Order: sequence, then C-alpha cells, then structure tokens
Amino acid sequence: MAQPAASLRGITRRFGSLVANRNVSLEIACGEIHALVGENGAGKTTLMRVLYGLLQPDAGTIEVDGRPVRIPDPAAAMKLGLGMVHQHFLLVDTLTVAENVTLGREPHGALSGYRREQAEREVAKLAERYRLPVEPASPVSRLSVGAQQRVEILKALYHGARVLILDEPTAVLTPQEVDELFAVLRALQAQGVTIVLITHKLAEVKAIADRVTVMRAGEVVGGGAISELSIERIAELMVGRPIPPLAPRATRDAAIPLLEVRDLAVRDSRGLPAVRGVTFHVGAGEIVGIAGVEGNGQHQLIECLAGLHAPDRGTIRIASRAVSGRSAREHFEAGLAHIPSDRLHRGLVPPMTLAENLVLGLHRLPELGPGPMLIPSRLARRATRLLGEYDVRPPDPAARAGALSGGNQQKLIAARELTRGAQVLLAAHPTRGVDLGAVAFIHGRLLAERDAGRAVLLVSSELSEILALSDRVFVMYEGRLVHETLPSRTDERVLGLYMTGRADAGAHA
Amino acid sequence: MSAAPGVAQAPVAGAASRRGAAAWITLGAPLAAVTLALGVGAVFILAIGEHPLEIYALMLRESLGTGYGIGQTLFKATPLMFTGLAVALGFRAGLFNIGVEGQLYLGGFAAALAGIAMSGAPAFLLLPAALAAAALAGGVWGAIPGVLKARFGAHEVINTIMLNFIAVAMVSYAGHSLFEHATVRTAEIAPAAALPRLDILWPALRGSPANFSLLVAGILAVAVGVLLFRTRLGYELRAVGLNAPAAEYGGVSIGRTQVVAMTLSGAVAGLGGVNFVLGYKHWFELGFSGGSGYLGIAVALLGRNHPVGVLIAALFFGALSYGGLVINQRVPRELVEVLQALVILLTIGAQQVFERIARKHG
Repeated sequence: MAQPAASLRGITRRFGSLVANRNVSLEIACGEIHALVGENGAGKTTLMRVLYGLLQPDAGTIEVDGRPVRIPDPAAAMKLGLGMVHQHFLLVDTLTVAENVTLGREPHGALSGYRREQAEREVAKLAERYRLPVEPASPVSRLSVGAQQRVEILKALYHGARVLILDEPTAVLTPQEVDELFAVLRALQAQGVTIVLITHKLAEVKAIADRVTVMRAGEVVGGGAISELSIERIAELMVGRPIPPLAPRATRDAAIPLLEVRDLAVRDSRGLPAVRGVTFHVGAGEIVGIAGVEGNGQHQLIECLAGLHAPDRGTIRIASRAVSGRSAREHFEAGLAHIPSDRLHRGLVPPMTLAENLVLGLHRLPELGPGPMLIPSRLARRATRLLGEYDVRPPDPAARAGALSGGNQQKLIAARELTRGAQVLLAAHPTRGVDLGAVAFIHGRLLAERDAGRAVLLVSSELSEILALSDRVFVMYEGRLVHETLPSRTDERVLGLYMTGRADAGAHA
Repeated sequence: MSAAPGVAQAPVAGAASRRGAAAWITLGAPLAAVTLALGVGAVFILAIGEHPLEIYALMLRESLGTGYGIGQTLFKATPLMFTGLAVALGFRAGLFNIGVEGQLYLGGFAAALAGIAMSGAPAFLLLPAALAAAALAGGVWGAIPGVLKARFGAHEVINTIMLNFIAVAMVSYAGHSLFEHATVRTAEIAPAAALPRLDILWPALRGSPANFSLLVAGILAVAVGVLLFRTRLGYELRAVGLNAPAAEYGGVSIGRTQVVAMTLSGAVAGLGGVNFVLGYKHWFELGFSGGSGYLGIAVALLGRNHPVGVLIAALFFGALSYGGLVINQRVPRELVEVLQALVILLTIGAQQVFERIARKHG
C-alpha cells in the first residue's frame, strides 16, 4: 500500500474513569473514502477530535504523510492539511459564502481592508475546481442545508485540507441532497482529496466508502474493504450482537379517531405563517407519519398539538376533548404524551437527575408525595423501576440527565412519556442522533403503543423510519400536507420529490 | 445554522465520576476563591507595611476568638443570611434579584411601622405581625418586577435596581412626617415587638447585638431547602431556572413561577430587615441596610445558591466585616472591602476555571 495520508497508533483517551478510546489504531490511505462507523459513544468522534487537535491523547502517536506529528490545536491540524466539517455547521449566518470561506485568512492588502472581489474570485475558482456549486456573494442564511454544508467543505479546502473529516454529514439532508453530497465527495476523491466519513447509516457506507472501520465501546472491533463486508455484518460488529428485524405489522381496520386536527394554522416565532391550514386525524391503533424537510412547519405543528404554541385558527381534539394549544398541562390532562424533537431543549432538564427528569410534567401526581410535597425517595423508587424497564444506562436515579448519551436520553424520555397512560402520542424525530440499539428499542416501543390501541403521530426526516413504522404517510411542504399515501404504495424517492416541492400534483398518486 | 457543537456525540463520563467532579467544583471553587482572595489581600497588606499573617490572625481572633466577637460576627452575618437566601431563591428560578437591597429596606421599615402602630397588642400577636409586615413589604416589592417580567418580558435586573431607588426615596419621603424630630429614625417600637438578644440562650455572647433574627434566618434556610428540594413548587422553580422550555413542556407556567419566585425572594429579603429593627436598635433608621442586599448577591454566589452554602458564606462575610472593623487601627477599612470584592471576583473566576478543568479531564 502507498504511504497512508494519516495514521493513528495506539491512541488512548480517557475522560475521568471512562475510556473513550482504548489503544485505537487507524490507517487512512491516500485518496480513499474511509467510513468510521459505530454507535453513539463508541468513540469515533473522540478519535477524530484527537486527529484534528481538539483533544489531546493520553497515549499513542499520530503520523501525517509518514511523519510523526503533535497536533496541539486545530490550527496545527489545518497546517498539516487536515480539515473537519462538524455535524453542526460553524457558519456566520449574516456573512456571505465568500466571507465565510475565507474567514480567518481573508485576502487583504498591506494597509487596505478586506478585498471582497478577490475573495469571491478565489472562492469561485475553488468551487469550480472541486465542482461544488455555490454562489460566493449570497448570504449563508439564504442557503439550503445542503448548500451550507458545501460551504463548510469549501472552507476546509480553502484552508488547505487534503484530508477531510466529515462528522455525520447526512444527518440533516434530504435523499436528493445526500445524492448531491456523494457526487461532491466522489469529485473530491477524483481530485486526490482523502475523506473520512463518521456515520452510523450503513446503507450510505455501502454506497460511498472504499474501506470501513467499526468502533464499539472505545475500541476498533473490525473493518476492511467495503466489498468484503455486508451491511448486516457491519451492524453486528457495531452493536456486538445480531439485530432482530422489525416485528411484522399487524393489519387492522381504521378505528376511532383519537387525535383530530381541523384547519389548523400556526405562525412561527417571527409571526410568519408556518402551518397553513392542515386537517387530519390519527385513529386508535394507528401510526401516522409526517415526512418533510425540516423547516416546513412540522415543528410548529407539533408544538401546537403539544400545547406549547397557540394556533392562529383551527381546532384540536385529543380523545374527543377540545384543547386550546395554549397549555401543555391542558393537553397532558386530555391524554397526550409527547416525545419532543429536541431532547436537550424541550425534553429534559439536563442538570437535573434522572429521577427528577422522569417526573417532568408528572410532578403533580398525588402518589409522589402528600399535598405540596415531592418525596425524593418516591421519585428514586419510581426511577429505579423505569430505568430498568427501559434499559437506560447507567440505571442510576441520581445521575444527571445531561451526562447520558443521546440514545439513553431518548430512552429516558420514552420511559417517561410512554408510561403516562396517554391515548395520543406525539413522537418528533424520536431516533435522531441515537445509536442503532436505541433506535430498534424505540421503534419497538412505538409499535407496541400502536398495538395497544393508542394513536401515534410520528414526525421524522428519516424517510426509512417513516416508511417502516407508519400505517399512513403525509408529506408536509411549506406548511401544508401536500401528499397522503400508504407506505406500501410509495418509496423514498417519490416522497423526496414531494418533500422538495418538485412533484407534479397527481403524477405519483 | 451556526449552532454550538452537539453534545450527542460527546463522550460521557461515568455517572459516579460526574458526581465526584460536581462535588469537587461545589466545594473546591469557593475554597480556592477564598484562599486566593486572602493571598492577594496579603499583598495589599504588605504594600502598606503591615504583616499579613498578623493582621489575619488578629481578624480571626477578634471575630471568632471571643464570645463578644462571635456575637458581633453572627450579628453581621444575620442580614446576609436573609439576603443571600433571597438571591439564591431567585437564581434557582433563573432570576437575578438585585432588588434585595430595596426589599430588605422596606421590610425593615414595615416592621418598624407595625411595631409602633400596634403597640397595644400582646407579644404573641405583635411580634408575628411585625415579622409578617416585613415579609409582606419585601414580597410586594419583589412581586412587582416578577409581574413585569412575566407579563411584559421586562428584565428583572433593570427593574429591581430601579425599585431600589424608589424604595429609598419613598421611605425618605414618608420619614418627613414619621421620623423623630431632627433625626433620621422612627420612634421606638413597642417592647413586645422586639426580638430578644441571643445572650439569653448563650450568655457568652453578652454585649453583642446578635439576636433571635439569627434563628429566624436558620429556620428560613431550612424552609428554603425544603421548598427547593422537596416540594412540587420547588421542582417547578428549579426546572424553570435550569431549562425554561423544558419546564413549559412539562406543563409548568413559566410566568406564574417567576412571579412566585420573585415574591418569595422579596419576602425573605424583607424579613432580613428585622435584624436591625426588631433585634438591635428597635427603630428604623435611614440607610440601615448599608449594602447588605448587594452583599447578599456575593453570599449567594459563594454559597452556590444552596441554603447551607449561603449560611456558611454569610458567616464568612460576617466575620470579614467585623474583623475589618477590628483591624481598622492598623489597615484602612477599605482594605476589607477590597477583600470582599476579591472574593466575589475570584468566586466567579474559580467556578469557570474549575468547570473547564472538569470538562477537560473528567
């Protein structure tokens, strides 16, 4: 093999008592697309942060282009030709593409200020060379998510990156945007750029990567050329055991509507129409999926149904009871449970303990204490039971919710919301940023809820999730439900067209 | 899209070590701040040609080495316990109550008015009435910025500062007709409204003005602890303070909780006025609060918004304050104020540093 672009040898990195990386070795060949896969908390981001100089290893060595190096900070990493595109973009919304790309190395004269035209020319040239379609003069705030990602990639290239690390790059993209991204990555590869892809979406690994390395619990557990590994084999390596397939769907007739929404319109926080009159219902024993690119009103729809955002007009009935959209408590009491899209913002109080988080919204339950009192030992007892039942790790009622991994935080919320005894469940992006084991667990629970006769409204930008779980599917685009179908009659590509407003009405009905 | 880097992927330390780290920050940061402040203070003392260890030893001996000194320290610490608890209560709900100074001031004034006006009433009625008057006055003064915040989103920091000025001006104006001739104080309260000195329980304190307000503060500290950590209301209050959107999601009314928190905070601060008025001079006097309200912010910070921490921090500042009077002969009084300021600055700094260390090394 030719000299590797970068190699990590025997990297160990501890956080207190936890070993995030244990004696990890990884070799990234020049010009390859190398997928680094593993569940959340497996240590893949830690490893890449070590390579990018954001973390210092406790042991181990790093070589770039065959020379041993020390990488004290990202500036040093950039000098060595390493670039990283983070999961959450680090762009300045109000600046233009060119300004963002050149930020920190802006072209300027000896005495004069920023040279806008030169910057825009350089960025346009770079974009052309790597076939990354962007408009250098347009403000970043006007760009789609996919375009913003291209700006991030350009930024890394502008700073001289020859090895590009992408952290979960497809998490925020539509299927079409994923295709575009992969085209870009292949073009980059053709130009000699080496790419490391951190991901846990195995279909994508199979589609784009040359080689794969699998991590579990801080160690490398396997890997090799992609042609020699099946998706099932990689998944098994990641989780450490075979993954059972989803339980087959039990068929049943449409039943009593438990969630009824009529002509609902909601404005966003800036007062602009976000939901523009939607009417639908979810019946007992039914999962209704709403697919859509984020930002098309799903968020406001869910917040309104949860009682967190008053509607402009329209009615909501939960288990035949009319509710106002003005009070979460009113909606809870009518029989609603809600797994919110943003677990750290809405769903949890991160500095509070697991026991305390498990009673959020249930803290008025009489069994938790006499009168105004809330007895800590009763909270802890309840927590011990639920943490075990929902396999939250660590099962320690006194641990802080913020210290859990994403998957365990989501299971914590599921434990609380699914034991409410509610008739209607709102599940917004219930598996976002969650590892495979937790995804399977949460999917199983949602199906169990349906089979127990509850009405489930599922909002997700993961089309595979929508298609796998839903009994009926809507597509939401620009505040309206533009398409209704059955999972058996559609596929990701068709939904993707509706999601981006590109489908002719009726063409795919 | 320029959000902060996600935490979902961040490696997570074990729960036990997290809690260990948390305890380390809780205890370590304030101790480091105090130690550093005394260290920097020593440089100042050296600069004026005195011996730091001698001065510190003198402060320690005088403020904690004799019964009288302890009594003085307790007396100085008492209002700080009230104001520290009041600020901590606000902080727990995510509110910065800078109005404790005004709330304390009005509380003292109301206690004096009640103690004078109801002079015929028996002790078992009069004393509770005077205490209630103090709590009510402070509570109303805290509720106003609470309501303004909840209804109009007006920032409590601005409003509480403004209300401090209004409180002082209102009392001065009322004083024209109320105060004793040619003085800045009211008449004496009825003897039945007075809080007894502590030396009736602990004779060693004889001569010091420490009084039963200290016990009231102790009871309040317990009450605040129970409220915060063992009641549904306290749970709501902390949830709003730590993550308001999640509290709202949990069916908690953020506005209502903010009003309640500010009212309670104000009531606790108002009760602090009784230390001077019912326990010491037995009258209200212009400017009696002397910055105890503002110092309460430092006490809450150093005490990390926990009732036990607040009591300890108040004792520390009380000792510093009385020790400062004692060393007045040898070093300027301002030095003690410099020391207090250093403790505040370093507490905030140390907390940041300790948290950063904890993040980096687990």
